[in-house]
Amino acid sequence: MTDVSLPSYLDQSDAVRDRFERLKKRPVALEVRDLHKVFPSRNGPVTALKNINLNIHKREFVCVIGPSGCGKSTLIRILAGLEQPSSGQVLLNGEPVTKPGPERGMVFQGYTLFPWLSVKENIMFGLRESGYDKSAAEQEARQWIDLIGLARFENSYPNQLSGGMKQRVAIARALANRPKVLLMDEPFGALDAQTRAKMQAYLLEIWKNIDITVFFITHDLDEAVYLADRILVLKANPGEIQELVEVPVPQPRSPDQFLSPEFLATKQHIEHLIHPPVEEDESDHLNLVRMVHVNDDVGSVF
Amino acid sequence: MSLIAVNKALPARTRRWVTLASFGLPILLWCLVSYVPFIWHPMVEITAPGGVSYFREGMLVDKPLFAREFENMAEQGKGLPEGNPANPVYLPAPHEVATAFYTAFTTEPARRSEKWLHESLWSSIQVIFWGFVLSSVIGIPLGILAGTYHFFSRLIEPFIEFFRYLPAPAFGALAVAILGIYQAPKIAIIFIGTFFQQVLVVANTTRKLDPSLLEAAQTLGAGNRSMLFRVVVPGILPDLYRDTRILLGWAWTYLIVAELIGTSSGITWFITQQARYKNFDNVFAAIIMIGILGLTIDLLLAWLGRRLFPWQQGK
Repeated sequence: MTDVSLPSYLDQSDAVRDRFERLKKRPVALEVRDLHKVFPSRNGPVTALKNINLNIHKREFVCVIGPSGCGKSTLIRILAGLEQPSSGQVLLNGEPVTKPGPERGMVFQGYTLFPWLSVKENIMFGLRESGYDKSAAEQEARQWIDLIGLARFENSYPNQLSGGMKQRVAIARALANRPKVLLMDEPFGALDAQTRAKMQAYLLEIWKNIDITVFFITHDLDEAVYLADRILVLKANPGEIQELVEVPVPQPRSPDQFLSPEFLATKQHIEHLIHPPVEEDESDHLNLVRMVHVNDDVGSVF
Repeated sequence: MSLIAVNKALPARTRRWVTLASFGLPILLWCLVSYVPFIWHPMVEITAPGGVSYFREGMLVDKPLFAREFENMAEQGKGLPEGNPANPVYLPAPHEVATAFYTAFTTEPARRSEKWLHESLWSSIQVIFWGFVLSSVIGIPLGILAGTYHFFSRLIEPFIEFFRYLPAPAFGALAVAILGIYQAPKIAIIFIGTFFQQVLVVANTTRKLDPSLLEAAQTLGAGNRSMLFRVVVPGILPDLYRDTRILLGWAWTYLIVAELIGTSSGITWFITQQARYKNFDNVFAAIIMIGILGLTIDLLLAWLGRRLFPWQQGK
């Protein structure tokens, strides 16, 4: 990105500042305290996460971005309860999180729909686990299917659906349990650009209309700035919080904002954070010489 | 030709022809060897003994022996023996075996206590069925437990890993001592032959289930029990079904050993008995029958599998 004169990402319009002030007054939904995660490995212990402290407020949308190996997946897995922290704590509405549970819905990159269950049965899975009887679960699942616009596919199996449709089912399946927090681990990473844009719009729509806090991992800068209230920027080796960026782009978001000054300023700032200008590494480049014949039909085009 | 291209699907018509050739070529080879005299035919079937005292009509003798006697007779001026080139008795021609498919069923047992072919076949099928069902009823649940829980994996697998190296036929004498001489020890051999493999194969299949499905189920609030019965079991079912089909093939190979212990019975007994009487056409027919029976059951199960797991279609 060229350095055209952009405002600082810290400049917030009154409306945005006001929104953040109100946001910070909301009760804390998810609290992370002094979190450390160390993995044993053959070359000694590896610190994946170090000293993570974080408060996420109710109905906030937080995106996590960082270079590969910064432990963002480990962080979300700990929040989900799929992994245990080495030290520190995760609190959901003040209650410590120790194991996976339906109050924290999770959406994975690989969809993870149960291939032997139809769309409807997939959404009913969690409902049946939480004690709904069959007909009640079916009714509830139908509503979710209507909501995600897949009524025609309610009896289809996952392998008959496109990637975007699968991910919509996965989101509905997580939401059907009425979770407090929706954890999303690069959910749109495997989708093509067009489908991804559509899914982002759906997700914002869902988030606006139901009472839920979203914790969203991505490696796509545009996606992070477009979706998030705040962006948690991690750095690698060890995974530490680099900055918690308040996104100055006003809500509600729309795709027209992709080129707004605030949007670009935020993007530029984060770009600098995760790809700091580094001196060129001598060992890490291609060794190419011009290999076209001198008398080639087409001369050098450069 | 584009027939031989790496990992390229054949057109439907070509595929049918090639499948046909897969059976057709061996049969063609067999026909050539049987009906074209100059390819092999190392024997001579006597049609007229001539002056040779020990030749009988219909007797099979080696070609060099026939040539020597022929010369002897010619020198001595006695009647010349006559004969046609023939294959050894253990290689009947296709048409003989084809008729044997019918006549083997109508051949009366040599002794009253002996069994007809259909009775022998039925007895074999029963042995396989019970051995395999018993093995599956115990082996599949154990395999699933070992594949799901590390505790059961450690508890079950080391011993079974050891036991599966002990050859099943080695337990023949023991099985007879414990279970008597009739069907029970045969069923036991089939059981020993399949059970230990089955536990390990099923455990491995279970372990191959995508772990993220289990994680997804956990985040949806599934407890230990429903993880096992609502995720693991339905998730591995198609693979389990395929494993079972393959293991059923193993059970058939143990059948031959199993039927030789205690009182011989079943199709194996029929085959050895017919070989003793030099009815090799019946022997071939019986061997091919086992093949056809096995293949038919397998195709039937494959067809059923496609019905049972519609969600796998297009995979």
